[in-house]
Amino acid sequence: MTGITSHRGLVLPRYLREPAERRTPVGSPDYRSTGLRAPLRTPVDLPHRLTEVTGPVLGEDRVRPEDADLTLRGGGEAVGQRIVVYGRVLDSDGRPVPDALVEVWQANAAGRYRHVGDSFPAPLDPHFDGLGRVVTDSLGRYEFLTVKPGAYPWGNHHNAWRPAHIHFSLFGRAFTQRLVTQMYFPDDPLFGQDPIFAAIPAAARHRAISRFSLERTQADWALAFEWHIVLRGTDQTPFEADDDGDVA
Amino acid sequence: MDPLEVPGVTEPYQPRTGRRGTGFLTEPFRLGPTPSATVGPYLAIGLTWPDGAWAAAEGTPGGIWVRGRVVDGAGDLVADAMVETWQADPDGRFPSPEDPRGPSSTPGFRGYARVQTVSPPGEFAVHTLKPGRVPDGEGGLQAPHLDVSVFARGLLDRVVTRIYFADEADANAEDAVLRGLTADQRRTLLAEPTGDGYRFDVHLQGDRETVFFAV
Ligand SMILES: [Fe+3]
Repeated sequence: MTGITSHRGLVLPRYLREPAERRTPVGSPDYRSTGLRAPLRTPVDLPHRLTEVTGPVLGEDRVRPEDADLTLRGGGEAVGQRIVVYGRVLDSDGRPVPDALVEVWQANAAGRYRHVGDSFPAPLDPHFDGLGRVVTDSLGRYEFLTVKPGAYPWGNHHNAWRPAHIHFSLFGRAFTQRLVTQMYFPDDPLFGQDPIFAAIPAAARHRAISRFSLERTQADWALAFEWHIVLRGTDQTPFEADDDGDVA
Repeated sequence: MDPLEVPGVTEPYQPRTGRRGTGFLTEPFRLGPTPSATVGPYLAIGLTWPDGAWAAAEGTPGGIWVRGRVVDGAGDLVADAMVETWQADPDGRFPSPEDPRGPSSTPGFRGYARVQTVSPPGEFAVHTLKPGRVPDGEGGLQAPHLDVSVFARGLLDRVVTRIYFADEADANAEDAVLRGLTADQRRTLLAEPTGDGYRFDVHLQGDRETVFFAV
């Protein structure tokens, strides 16, 4: 059937859920912090009703143009390999998600976060705070300029290092589409020992890795990496609701 | 061929629900969704909003505070979690173009809050309005509720729950979601009245593990 629920005039989309073998599980034993945090009971299925198929409007008013350039902060230029990160936000029906807030955060080029909890003895950069915000355009496109984040060590296991990554947070249009994720870079030698990357089912891992783009690389300026982000869609077949009656 | 070069995506977006039902693709088309990942320990860098707590603006008549803690399986406070809430206004309408009945018009009401648990005090606090009842799409009404997402280091995906209100016994008794749960499960979803609003703790694990939902 279609991804539509219709009862008494209330016509709602029904967002598809990927099968478990393609979704990142909430907990994964090799990622030690999940031990006391990931719920142990099976979640209860929640039908998609109005609360789940609606979502907040969080647009342009939250974002300034300079938020798309992470390389110029604190009155100077960040150290590191300058990169353009760009792509489209789509839903799994292939439709663009325009006017959507995209928030990113990352370590600096040396692998250090500007956060009190980060004690990695790598230098902080006075011209890099690691925060970016953009809103997708009418075709769902986003783009920001940053420096390539460094890998960093963490305490999960002996000699554990996170592959270079940028954290992303996206809203889409509906509560069901909310996504927080991490973008990786191609061919990272640290993939093989990272339990956070490994927790992504093998069939879906490539979706978390950006693609180097020579076409969009800017001569004498910055490398470019392309990453398309796909939110859940509804697999709707063409549909027109007839225009009668009240909402239930 | 780039599987993301999708034909037919140059049309302007229109809200997909309700009576405005155009803008759908003419062919079924599926892309694989991007997998989730943990927010990690440094989410405060990217996800801190000065106005995050204000689902209803300061001074909105009827404003209440929903406060609570996030507790792990050892009974310890989770001091690096992010809690997001989403809800209807007192008339049961959502401030969203996706509401097929038209968006909420309650002044000062965003319906969405994003707050972090930082130590001290290790609590989250959301300023909002008590939601009204919302149609369940099957001819009935849902009890007043907030949808809640919890993100944290150690969670590779968000976990989703709902806040209901302990002082809405009649509405709760008619709510299809609550009716599908045992009495013990239901209790984990009930916010208790306090002086200035309600209290709701999230238990990620343990005897009192909160009911989490697959959405
Ligand atoms: Fe990180």
